[in-house]
Amino acid sequence: MNRRHCTRRLLTLGLAPWLALATQAVSASTAEAPDAFIQRVATATLDAVRADPAIRAGDLQKVMTLVDGLIMPNVNFGRMTASAVGRYWRQATPAQQQKLQDEFKLLLVRTYSGALAQVKDQTLSFRPLRAAPDAADVVVRSDLRGRGEPIQLDYRVEKVGTGWKIYDLNVMGIWLVQTYNTQFAQVIGTKGIDGLIDTLAVRDQANAAHGSATAAPAPAPTKTP
Amino acid sequence: MPFLVLKGGCGPRLARCRAALARATRSTAALLLGVVLVGCATGPVTDPRDPLEGYNRGMTQFNDAVDDAVLKPVATGYAAVTPDPVRTAISNFFGNLSDMWATLNTALQLRGEDTAVNFMRVNVNTVLGLGGLIDIASDMGLYKTKADFGQTLGYWGVPPGPYLVLPLLGPSTVRDTLGMGIEASGDLVNRTEHIATRNTLTGVRLVEKRAGLLRAGAMLDEAALDKYSFTREVFLQRRQSLVDAPRDLDID
Repeated sequence: MNRRHCTRRLLTLGLAPWLALATQAVSASTAEAPDAFIQRVATATLDAVRADPAIRAGDLQKVMTLVDGLIMPNVNFGRMTASAVGRYWRQATPAQQQKLQDEFKLLLVRTYSGALAQVKDQTLSFRPLRAAPDAADVVVRSDLRGRGEPIQLDYRVEKVGTGWKIYDLNVMGIWLVQTYNTQFAQVIGTKGIDGLIDTLAVRDQANAAHGSATAAPAPAPTKTP
Repeated sequence: MPFLVLKGGCGPRLARCRAALARATRSTAALLLGVVLVGCATGPVTDPRDPLEGYNRGMTQFNDAVDDAVLKPVATGYAAVTPDPVRTAISNFFGNLSDMWATLNTALQLRGEDTAVNFMRVNVNTVLGLGGLIDIASDMGLYKTKADFGQTLGYWGVPPGPYLVLPLLGPSTVRDTLGMGIEASGDLVNRTEHIATRNTLTGVRLVEKRAGLLRAGAMLDEAALDKYSFTREVFLQRRQSLVDAPRDLDID
């Protein structure tokens, strides 16, 4: 009796790694739910920010590494920039489009890196999804809970293969793309696409100068890439 | 008996009330808009939600000047010399007052759960939290829901009307200005009879509020290409989302 119990136990133990492999294969082949996707990306990002005081202090190079490593692979930034630029996007040459993406990304990273100092023990809690199981375009709604009033964070995600990509973000009821759409339209209306690229570049440089002037406790201020 | 009658007529009456309110504001807004459009033509890109852009930009400049000269320096100094626990207590105290309004407004928006939570927040924080100085309710998982009178008007179908920058108070809409007026008349600080106390409370509330926005202001400077239209966009979207929020939750 005892021995049989033992062999069974050994058997299960021996099987365990194979079982684990199998479930992993299954989870890789079936599509991840959109809110699980956001949860995974957000948790990884928050953990990385918590783990590194330099990131919380707004060290731009480190923040950029984090953004490129953890966030950008999960974002369709081309689509985001295109919708922010709106109907003028198709008039832009591929080189202009790339330039717009680069400057827009830098602007967003700079703007949001100031908020990273606030990352403490907050958690994301999700509201129920309002989408069909096979939907390819979903709004994931969540609340960032910590001290004080919860912060509403919503994401528009699109299905890409078996995974998802974020293409718009809503903070406290304010959609990012729509907000920049008005900003960009205003500049393009008067100065054209190149005018917008210049305006963004000037703003990014001004922010860099401002950032190193105010938040430079380190002896060597970080250089803009 | 009259209770029953009221109950019976409730549904259609609410709908009628909503429609009438919406009509009234729409015609007022249209009138205002007409008057303004005659005398005002703005730049190449105009926003239909902002027919008063010429006036609004001027008022924004005035507000920014006052802010740069007085409010921001005072708030920065206040933030620098006041220890964090004291600031938290002050902010909690005024937060508790605003929770009372939020309770009334969530009730007027027929949001049962939010009303119950806000009501409990006020009671817990007032009694156990030393008159609102400590926000014990948040620790208990009773999270704050903001609700004001402008939002309640929006809930009942009143459209926001044109974007309006108020002297000293900043971004608003015609509807929200109306809501603020009603709220100010019932505000506990405004109703304080002792004038010195009232002025002190009003001042501290203003400075604490401005100090809380220092970081947002710095972020705005970096994020915006045109600060005026950025603020307008952000304000209008935020207000609309607050008006939509209760209905949004209904669906689930």
